Amino acid sequence: MRRVLLSLIIVIIGITFLGRLSYLQIFSFSPDQVIEDPSIKRVYTYPERGYIYDRNGNLLVGNDPAYDVMVIPREVQPLDTLEFCGMLGIDKEKFVEKLTKARVYSPRLPSVLVPQLSKEDYAKLQEKMRKYKGFYIQKRSLRYYDTPSAANVLGYISEVNEGDLAKNKYYIQGELRGRTGVERYYEELLRGRKGVQYIQKDRFNRDIGPYKNSSLDTLPEQGKQISITLDKTLQEYGERLMVGKRGGIVALEPATGEILSMISGPTYDPSLLVGRERSKNYTELYNDTIANPTWDRSIHAQQPPGSPFKTLNALIALQEGVLDESTTIRCYNGFYVGKKKRGCHCGGGLRNLNSGIYQSCNAYFAGTFRKIFEKFDTTDEAMDVWEKHMKSFGLGDYLGYDLPFGQKGRIPSKEYYDKWYGDNRWSSSFIISNSIGQGEVLATPVQLANMTAAIANRGFYYTPHILKKIEGKEITDPRFTEPKRTTIDKEHFEPVVQGMADVYRKGTARWLQIPGIEVAGKTGTAENFTKINGVRTQLTDHSVFIAFAPVEDPKIAIAVYIENGYFGSRYAGHIASLMIEKYLKGEITRKDLEKKMLEKTLEHEYAKPFSGEEFKINERVW
Amino acid sequence: MFGKVLRRIDWLTILIYLALVIIGWTNIYSSTFTDEQTSLLDLTTRSGKQLFFIIVSFVTIIVILALEANFYERFASLFYLLTILSLIGLYLFGKTIAGATSWYDLGFFNFQPSELAKVATALALAKYLSDIQTDLRRIKDQLYALLIIFIPALLIIPQPDPGSALVFFSLIFVIFREGLPLYYLGIGFTLILIFITTLMFGTIWLTIGLLLLIALFFLLKRKSLKVPLLPIAIGSIAIILFSLSVNFVFNNLFEQRHRDRFSLWLRLEKDPEKLEQIRKTIGYNTYQSEKAIESGGFFGKGFLEGTRTKGDFVPEQDTDYIFTTIGEEWGFIGTATVIILFSILFLRLIYLAERQKNAFSRMYGYGVISVLLIHYFINIGMVIGILPTIGIPLPFFSYGGSGLLFFTLLLFVFLKLDTNRLKENF
Repeated sequence: MRRVLLSLIIVIIGITFLGRLSYLQIFSFSPDQVIEDPSIKRVYTYPERGYIYDRNGNLLVGNDPAYDVMVIPREVQPLDTLEFCGMLGIDKEKFVEKLTKARVYSPRLPSVLVPQLSKEDYAKLQEKMRKYKGFYIQKRSLRYYDTPSAANVLGYISEVNEGDLAKNKYYIQGELRGRTGVERYYEELLRGRKGVQYIQKDRFNRDIGPYKNSSLDTLPEQGKQISITLDKTLQEYGERLMVGKRGGIVALEPATGEILSMISGPTYDPSLLVGRERSKNYTELYNDTIANPTWDRSIHAQQPPGSPFKTLNALIALQEGVLDESTTIRCYNGFYVGKKKRGCHCGGGLRNLNSGIYQSCNAYFAGTFRKIFEKFDTTDEAMDVWEKHMKSFGLGDYLGYDLPFGQKGRIPSKEYYDKWYGDNRWSSSFIISNSIGQGEVLATPVQLANMTAAIANRGFYYTPHILKKIEGKEITDPRFTEPKRTTIDKEHFEPVVQGMADVYRKGTARWLQIPGIEVAGKTGTAENFTKINGVRTQLTDHSVFIAFAPVEDPKIAIAVYIENGYFGSRYAGHIASLMIEKYLKGEITRKDLEKKMLEKTLEHEYAKPFSGEEFKINERVW
Repeated sequence: MFGKVLRRIDWLTILIYLALVIIGWTNIYSSTFTDEQTSLLDLTTRSGKQLFFIIVSFVTIIVILALEANFYERFASLFYLLTILSLIGLYLFGKTIAGATSWYDLGFFNFQPSELAKVATALALAKYLSDIQTDLRRIKDQLYALLIIFIPALLIIPQPDPGSALVFFSLIFVIFREGLPLYYLGIGFTLILIFITTLMFGTIWLTIGLLLLIALFFLLKRKSLKVPLLPIAIGSIAIILFSLSVNFVFNNLFEQRHRDRFSLWLRLEKDPEKLEQIRKTIGYNTYQSEKAIESGGFFGKGFLEGTRTKGDFVPEQDTDYIFTTIGEEWGFIGTATVIILFSILFLRLIYLAERQKNAFSRMYGYGVISVLLIHYFINIGMVIGILPTIGIPLPFFSYGGSGLLFFTLLLFVFLKLDTNRLKENF
């Protein structure tokens, strides 16, 4: 017993020690310890964020150096306050107040004493800074916007938050990252990679040399310069036209899918979200929940597309062979659904495909829609075919562009109606409104523009995208360079395109012809409703217009959606016409038309639902 | 004659000894490493000095082995007497380093008599216990044996160096081996247990626990068993009284720094803000040493690559906290190797002690084991955070010339005795 006792104690001690050591060194050990190790300091070198240019090489976003005067309160030594304040351009009270605040925050850590000095002040201070112990100047880089427009596309950068830090190990507290738009989507291209130097420290926090002979250190990697597909002139022009109006404009280059402009009204100057006033401005924009300037309507606003949708129904009917160009349908200043009459503005009479499109005859397209459904034995089958065709135009689902997702829009399916009415409890007459772009279909402006581009291309489209070049080299991403085919054969497009051209020649947009340019377009006037105190109330129709030009060699496809702008040929038609002329000719010949559009606003319409009074809709104002 | 010694000496022990000394020196080198190029034997560096003492230790080994084995038994009492005198002399001529008057200044190095006392006391105790006249069943002899241990300890405590003094109590083990009744040990453990329980849970919970235990005993006992009621009652009351006295001693007689050490050790503080405070003050050493060991992981950061070692985050890293360097640079592989080497050494020494025909040799062997074991246990226990902070070195590892020299002396005197194991009398 006595002999074994000591051996036993030795073994127990050994096991206890090994247990404790394996707890420390195996279970508690985490490989991230280099990051937490207090004996290794990391010093970062930040590369300059990449510049953003438009499609023609005009600068949109660059960087501006900013100089912050920093203070480490503990290291401050008695100084000539008067002279120092003079150079900083602040008075003594303010200086003392700031210094006290910094000391309260932390005596050891640097605080900003005066943010964003002007370049002149910086030049003056720089020489003398040495004299003032405990103060130094920290150079920062701020985003600089060489345009007052495109805030919704460019996005902005802001400090990383807790969520970013948890998700992405790259970032550390206080760094900036792209928050929306291009800045966010192409964050990694624009940002580059910060360089890091590891420095060994002792317990007094003094540097005692490089860690592992600098073998782990990295050099910063420059941010990439990128060109985006926007046309700066067109974008700025469109935003001027949108002043006082709500809605979205999207213009694409049909041959590539490049987004020429993407406008949301109302919008804001991107420079508002940079610099000293940033947070104040941001709060103001964010709190405007009625006009909602931070909400990008061009990709988020899903609305009934209205009459432009008729062109697709025509294409489907041709593809399915349920009618041809000569097929006629009579319009009784409307059409009947059962015993109920639905109106039409076209003037009545016998309509064929061509006049049905350029006069935007509701009766003709209701008939067309019926013919599509009559071809099939069951409504379900017809619905599937119709849905498949529609979706091939990029409707009813995310388009997959390199911007925030936006909204899907909606192309209703048979399941959608089964849920609504019950299985086999509905027929084409229940859903006839879809024939004229009302009813259940919804689309965003970018989807409308894309659909227009597909028509302009006679049967295919490229996914709309915003990135054009990286460091001067055109992108090769197959997502954007390979065409997506629609389910409609090429030959069926010509009659529809001719109908759309006639919209300008003799139809609903004949007042909007552009001298010397053949345009194909389609007006739309979309009924819409809101709830006022729980009562469903109709508002003035949305004004919708899609167009592409020139007809035979399309360079631009555009969709304009103006909320409560009434007839499609009014606000939307005017704006589309001006945008096309601006893009193709570079200048506007119809100055009075332009003047009218720049001056007119719809604020009075937008005020109506909030006025608390009875109001009229669809007033003839001009 | 020397050839015989070499043939009979226990080479396994020597091998482990060499391994420990080499590993120790490597880590001292790493702990004190700077980028300046110096020669290994540069006596201005700590590693150079230590290397010098390693060489001195080797010379000492040769001298020890060359001397007659009976020399140690014969002069044990004289050694002891001289050591006691040198300990007393410290109060007159001692040199004070870091607040403790534990050294004689011998010019080229500082001599610490308490190190020598460990060897001398182990020899003296072995001699007394192996004496034919001594009978451990007699209380008088028990007390006499304990006195041999307590005298040097009591002289060392006021230096102050309670850590070294504690080492002497480990020699009580030798007395147990030779026949001191085991219930002394039982009582000792019970007292420690009550001490810890009282601090962690308080006297009330201790009492409740005790009553529950007694109740459990009554429930589970055989019907026929006669219950010794009186002893149980007296025992319980004694335990409660002791527990109350623990509270009194802890709160009134201990100094705040001692209280802090215990509350740190038993993890009594739960408030995270206060814990943070403790980490920066009294818990700083333990916190840093645990972190340094932890950061080594399984494989370690590599020789001379310990960032916390280089940054001097762990205080006393070449002396009492040398084990952290092994932990950081060599990882679990390194620490486990050291633990296993020590364990093998101890088990081997027990084996060697038990095979002695001569009682003096056996008892001295146990003395060696006790002294080395308590150093190893307290030092590593402290460094890895399972024992309170008590500053004593890790044998063969920690920087310090006299330390290494006397641990070597302690061990090799036994190995010399072992070469004579077959003779009952020298």
